[in-house]
Amino acid sequence: MNLFEQQASNRRRTWLVMLAFIAFLFILGFGFDTFYLGTTGGFVPVGSLIALGVGSASAATSYFSGDRAVLLATGAKPIADVEASAADADKLKLKMLDNVVDEIAIAAGLPRPPVYIVPDADPNAFATGRGPGHASIAVTRGLLDALDRDELQGVVAHEMSHIRNLDVRVMTIVAALVGGVALLSDWARRGMWWGGGSRRRGSDREGGGIAGLLFFVVWIVAIMLAPLLAQALAMMVSRRREYLADASGAELTRNPMGLAHALEKIDAAVAPTQAINRGSAHMCIADPLGRQANLREDGFWSNLFASHPPMAARIAALKEMSFQG
Amino acid sequence: MIFLIPIVIVALLVVWAIASYNRLVGLRNQVLNGWRQIDVQLKRRHDLIPNLVNAVRGSMDFERDTLTAVMDARAKAQAATGPADAAQKEGQLSQALGKLFALAENYPTLKSNDNVKMLQEELSSTENKIGFARQFYNDIATKFNTAQQVFPTNIFAGMFGFKPAELFEISDAADRAVPQVDLARH
Repeated sequence: MNLFEQQASNRRRTWLVMLAFIAFLFILGFGFDTFYLGTTGGFVPVGSLIALGVGSASAATSYFSGDRAVLLATGAKPIADVEASAADADKLKLKMLDNVVDEIAIAAGLPRPPVYIVPDADPNAFATGRGPGHASIAVTRGLLDALDRDELQGVVAHEMSHIRNLDVRVMTIVAALVGGVALLSDWARRGMWWGGGSRRRGSDREGGGIAGLLFFVVWIVAIMLAPLLAQALAMMVSRRREYLADASGAELTRNPMGLAHALEKIDAAVAPTQAINRGSAHMCIADPLGRQANLREDGFWSNLFASHPPMAARIAALKEMSFQG
Repeated sequence: MIFLIPIVIVALLVVWAIASYNRLVGLRNQVLNGWRQIDVQLKRRHDLIPNLVNAVRGSMDFERDTLTAVMDARAKAQAATGPADAAQKEGQLSQALGKLFALAENYPTLKSNDNVKMLQEELSSTENKIGFARQFYNDIATKFNTAQQVFPTNIFAGMFGFKPAELFEISDAADRAVPQVDLARH
């Protein structure tokens, strides 16, 4: 698939997973409202709405607090400060990064985001902020030292694509859904413990019979698995957005191999990035938890809950874009 | 109640038409802006060149011809009349700069001079920016043209005075040729 087809495919798959997620939430909510609240709320799914509301509220606070918190946590410094105290040879590299960000902002037609340097020797980069005009890009010391101009351009293009594709917004919606599912399953399990569910099941649904019983069993299993399933779905969305950012970045530079080479270099440096914590992982170019250092790199379970796709798959997709598959 | 249905349909059509029109207007303005951004970068290059020439003049005494060629090409580009002429003159300026960069490889003292390295980085970045500005212009012009031509928007796009935008093209066939650089000392 060329880079435009890959972009379209990734966007489609994001929406499919989101639909599955919402459907999952509705199944949980429907069961919850049926078995616990019965006809108390009329036909309004009170339980589901409250759960979704609380989940959304907590997600919204992180959405609007913006990039400040994440940048502070990583110890990132604005590039101008780093340049002022840098040696001459270093100044050239920093100026190069500055220019590369300018170039990619022109290619994307976006306002230029402020650039930060994270004092970590492991090569990594991330973008924060809820959209163009409110975003920042940060790059670790290790990345700046390891990559040449083309590779740096590829990485910056990937990060700019996260901003352009509003990935913070997508992941915030996903976080709200995860929160909603977690709350519902929590309440359901507590209610079960107190014997709430079985009491109402038989009385309110006449003619439900076998179908009702079957739904109840499926629903119980869903409640038990809900936290795991929600996390797996959320990570599926995160991985799709990473592929999309790769393809969008390639569209900006028209040079997929630049990013491919950068990923190869980043992969070779297996140490985890200490400065970046789990919460900001989805906006990084490489998994900061150093998952690639695990022995069973292609294990099904480790990949299911990974925020980033395996490096080899990303590099293969980029090579396919440049017809070097 | 049945008479409400055509009213709702008409209302939906009006909403869709307004949304399509606004989208086309937004895209047209982005196309105009994109075109002007190219000029911004070209002007930046004009301003940077005298600095570079002065920085290398001392070391590259033997390359007086090339240095003069660059300054002349810059003067011609600044004095260009109209977009077609400007495109041609800017192309010639790019070629002259390319020769200068290639020749600079022959001078080890120049290569290690930090000021010169910084200036070279600035100039090559400006060349990149000109390229990316043109790329963005073509991308947004294509989006605009596609938005006008898809069905059903194409029905009324012409009615409201939207015309397809021209993509940026090389006018001088010489720009497509492989650049010739002679590294021998003259």
